[in-house]
Amino acid sequence: MTTHSTNSDLYFSTARELRAKFDAREISSVEATRTMLDRISALEPKLNTFITVTAERAIADAELADQRLQGTGQEPTALTGVPIMLKDNFSTKGVETTAASNILKGYIPPYDGTAVRNLKDAGAVILGKGNLDEFAMGSSNETSAFGPVHNPWDTDRVPGGSSGGASAAVAAGECFIAFGSDTGGSIRQPASLCGVVGMKPTYGLVSRFGLLAFGSSLDQIGPLTRSVADCADALNIVSSHDRRDSTSVAAPFTDFGQNIDRGVEGMNIGVPKEYLVDGMESGVREAFEASLKTLEDLGANISETSLPLTDHALAVYYIIAPSEASANLSRYDGVKYGLGSLDASTSAQATEIARGEGFGEEVKRRIFLGTYALSAGYYDAYYKKAQQVRTLIRREFTDAFLKFDALVTPTSPGTAFKIGAKMDDPFQMYMNDVCTIPVNIAGLPSISIPGGMSEGLPVGLQFIGPQFGDTAVIRAAAAYERATAWHKNHPLI
Amino acid sequence: MDPLTPKDVDHIAQLAYIKLSDEESEDMRVQLTNILGHFASLSTVDTDGVEATGHTTDSNTVMRKDEPQPPMNQDDVLKNAPDRDGEFIRVRPVLE
Repeated sequence: MTTHSTNSDLYFSTARELRAKFDAREISSVEATRTMLDRISALEPKLNTFITVTAERAIADAELADQRLQGTGQEPTALTGVPIMLKDNFSTKGVETTAASNILKGYIPPYDGTAVRNLKDAGAVILGKGNLDEFAMGSSNETSAFGPVHNPWDTDRVPGGSSGGASAAVAAGECFIAFGSDTGGSIRQPASLCGVVGMKPTYGLVSRFGLLAFGSSLDQIGPLTRSVADCADALNIVSSHDRRDSTSVAAPFTDFGQNIDRGVEGMNIGVPKEYLVDGMESGVREAFEASLKTLEDLGANISETSLPLTDHALAVYYIIAPSEASANLSRYDGVKYGLGSLDASTSAQATEIARGEGFGEEVKRRIFLGTYALSAGYYDAYYKKAQQVRTLIRREFTDAFLKFDALVTPTSPGTAFKIGAKMDDPFQMYMNDVCTIPVNIAGLPSISIPGGMSEGLPVGLQFIGPQFGDTAVIRAAAAYERATAWHKNHPLI
Repeated sequence: MDPLTPKDVDHIAQLAYIKLSDEESEDMRVQLTNILGHFASLSTVDTDGVEATGHTTDSNTVMRKDEPQPPMNQDDVLKNAPDRDGEFIRVRPVLE
């Protein structure tokens, strides 16, 4: 390796550290952006985290950011000049947006999504678009039409999914912050497998306008970062009330980091025993038990609790999410954008061929599952039943949060697995998200942070809060982070 | 539950507008049957009188004023169409 030591310091800096360097005039945003672009060029053959790199735009954005940092124009923000990645299911005006699907190859959105707009307004520098499981459907980034992403801790292993490009890029020091989407764990599970921070905020805090829809009642945008403080800063910028998203809440958007220094002393934190599932790897269980001890030493009141309906969450999710997906993905008809079929004899045939050829195996499987669950004769038994159990799962959480300020669990039952190891058994793959899915069903805020290592691979620790209790999970996560050094581990790549 | 039949899979394919090869259809039939089997436990949950949850924000119909906004650039929108003819998107015949 010929890497200059100051560069490798920079690769793994937090966004806050980078911003301090900007303010101290130690480095400019253009210099930081060029360093990241060089890093990306060097690592992409190994990692495949980006689908599109927008180098020229990034340099132009960084030049503008440098002017802003020097006091011309608008007040700089926490992200001004900070190089970031966006998962490739965020609509970006003038930049190809594929959702890692053949059906959208070549699609250039004519508009920016609201989250993207917020980030551009804040002066963030967008390096490009991150690889993902096709339409965010997967837990390993192996369903991408652009090939799998490799975990920087061990390139024979998956980075998790669906925001696998985002988690691997943050872990490998290819960007300072990445933004992903989380429908059943797609930010937190890859954050866990790559040893970074990943947060799914309360449903409704971040506008979904311009996010390519998967499961509309579950999807939520959130950040992946190398520190909890960066996560709070990023959430402050990306969240907003938006009239273009009818589920966007008008909640008061306070500083999500306001309680970040308060510590966990006196916090009541519950451990739902159902999350310690059969088949959880022993290394994950041991790391989790050590983390509980750390939290207790910090003064938190830790006690076991029970959420019995957790056992049904996976079934509820794999009915509701595919049902919503089957409706959302009906827009990909090969007429308005993307892959079309020009030699079919009727419009209907053209659509059937475009969708048959354009969608990958997992996306088809979920569309079929959802279409079946919504079809005449099965609607009550599957979709309606799942929505009713969803109500009960929400109630169970609501009751738990009468007693607890937060819940703590492992993020995923295992560490990063070998590429190809679970592709033959869809249900085994779905089990990766068993600890993250209930949170989306109930629309709650949740964060995964580095919480140990097992056989050289990162283990994630998940905090779950009550609805709009985003500051509580950030508070608990920050206290744990200050007391441990897991977040300072970086892959040797 | 009973395994899905090839006819069930054909019916779903028709509803979903997705053309599958024979081999894909058979794989889909086996996998869907397997996945649906894991959902059977849901029927053991008592949901009598329980309302269904659609969205967790409990929002209903959200209204806003119907005010004209600047539209997207027409050319930017149309250039994504696989088959374009000037200001129009060309489609295959609807009827044979």
